[in-house]
Amino acid sequence: MVGTIVTPLALEVSSLTYAYPDGTFALRDVSFSVTAGERVAILGANGAGKTTLVLHLNGVLGGGPGEVHIGGLRVEKANMRECRRRVGIVFQDPDDQLFMPTVTEDVAFGPANFGVRGVELEARVHAALTAVDMTSLAERSPLHLSGGQRRRVALATVLACHPEVLVFDEPSSNLDPLARRELAEVLLRLDRTMLMVTHDLPYALQLCPRSVVLDEGRVVADGPTRELLADPELLARHRLELPYGFSLAPGR
Amino acid sequence: MSAGHSEHLFLPGSSFLHRIPPQCKVASLVLFVFAVVASPREQFWAYGAFAALMVVLAAAAGLPILVLARRLTIELPFVAFAFLLPFVAGGPRRDIGPVSASIDGLWGAWNILAKGTIGVGATLVLTATTSVPDLIRGLERLRLPSALVAMLTFMVRYADVITAEMQRMRIARLSRGYDPRWLWQARAVAHSAGTLFVRSYERGERVFLAMKSRGYDGRMPSAGGVVASTRQWLAALALPAAATVVMAASWLARS
Repeated sequence: MVGTIVTPLALEVSSLTYAYPDGTFALRDVSFSVTAGERVAILGANGAGKTTLVLHLNGVLGGGPGEVHIGGLRVEKANMRECRRRVGIVFQDPDDQLFMPTVTEDVAFGPANFGVRGVELEARVHAALTAVDMTSLAERSPLHLSGGQRRRVALATVLACHPEVLVFDEPSSNLDPLARRELAEVLLRLDRTMLMVTHDLPYALQLCPRSVVLDEGRVVADGPTRELLADPELLARHRLELPYGFSLAPGR
Repeated sequence: MSAGHSEHLFLPGSSFLHRIPPQCKVASLVLFVFAVVASPREQFWAYGAFAALMVVLAAAAGLPILVLARRLTIELPFVAFAFLLPFVAGGPRRDIGPVSASIDGLWGAWNILAKGTIGVGATLVLTATTSVPDLIRGLERLRLPSALVAMLTFMVRYADVITAEMQRMRIARLSRGYDPRWLWQARAVAHSAGTLFVRSYERGERVFLAMKSRGYDGRMPSAGGVVASTRQWLAALALPAAATVVMAASWLARS
């Protein structure tokens, strides 16, 4: 097989199905894969199953049919620790993620759990804070930061674990336009494999060349973001909507 | 949400008392309070001596005495009970002006008032010279079980978040013209409290999920803190030592 380059799959979700204890299906036979370095948006209206999907990626939820592989490693009990290191989730509300007295301690929490100590730990914390431009506020309490700063610190806490796939749950929610742009700049600069769950369509267009549309727990479309967003019927069918005044449809 | 409650007792400074490691201060406070409580109530001068120790300490730390005095009012609800004692206690009575008070009750009230005030005063000096995260580090150093340390950490972290949420709910109620004057109109407040409880519970779950996602396996990282030198321990223990001398002297004077 000389000359062939096998691009490793960073993330592979196959036939994932999940029902909540009350019987409602949150995910039905969801399959897609993400190659290393790709940035993919998972689009869907509220209740489409996006957050449920995210919690499957690092095994917080599971037990239904189907599989998730991260860099070839199956997400299951035996590999849980490594899977959680490989998948870094930035949750929607930074207050859920940041709980230590100072920013530094919070960023150190993850890598310390994964066994990093001493000088190496300090270096990781510093590198992660540098990547999100937050070194100057390292000794502050997360309580005293603005919304945009908290979001970036939450990202740093995950970056410090050296994940292979970064997953964002509604990264732009509650951010003002400036904080939103600053976060986008940080994300583009990071140049990582990213999965972004959102219903903020312009943000998906800006950051992710490819999108997967989820509706009622099913994958209903998977393709270049610009093409998907230029299809008003597709969007309307799955309760997605571009902000007022936006149109990507050709010929307008 | 600004600075929040968790820090408003702390008065930053660089005095000797600010710099001494928190574990020494906490141990010193506990021993000091023991000495105060163990002193006989009949020896008024002993309480003068304890109070003087506190004032000297607060002055040495550069704490504004007036601010401390105002903070002392936190003990009022507890002291109210002490003022009732002379009138409800039994035993021989004597007349003070127009009212008759129980002698035992008077002693009891004095006992609670004096020991309570000095205890609260000493705690105020500690909290004014030690930040909350430092206090937690000190308690961890003193081998407080890690589960309790974790609970304290979370309480400090989320008290402000929940207070802010409560404030937002209150403002939202007020904005819709809700202004209860009587207890039976407080239904909406009760509902808000219930909602707040459920939301906090759910937040707890989300925090836990976020922690698990970063590899949390039941052990919290150490809060850090510094090792105290022998000199610092000796300096911190000078206060309870002095108090113990006063206590011993007051017992000798009594017999």
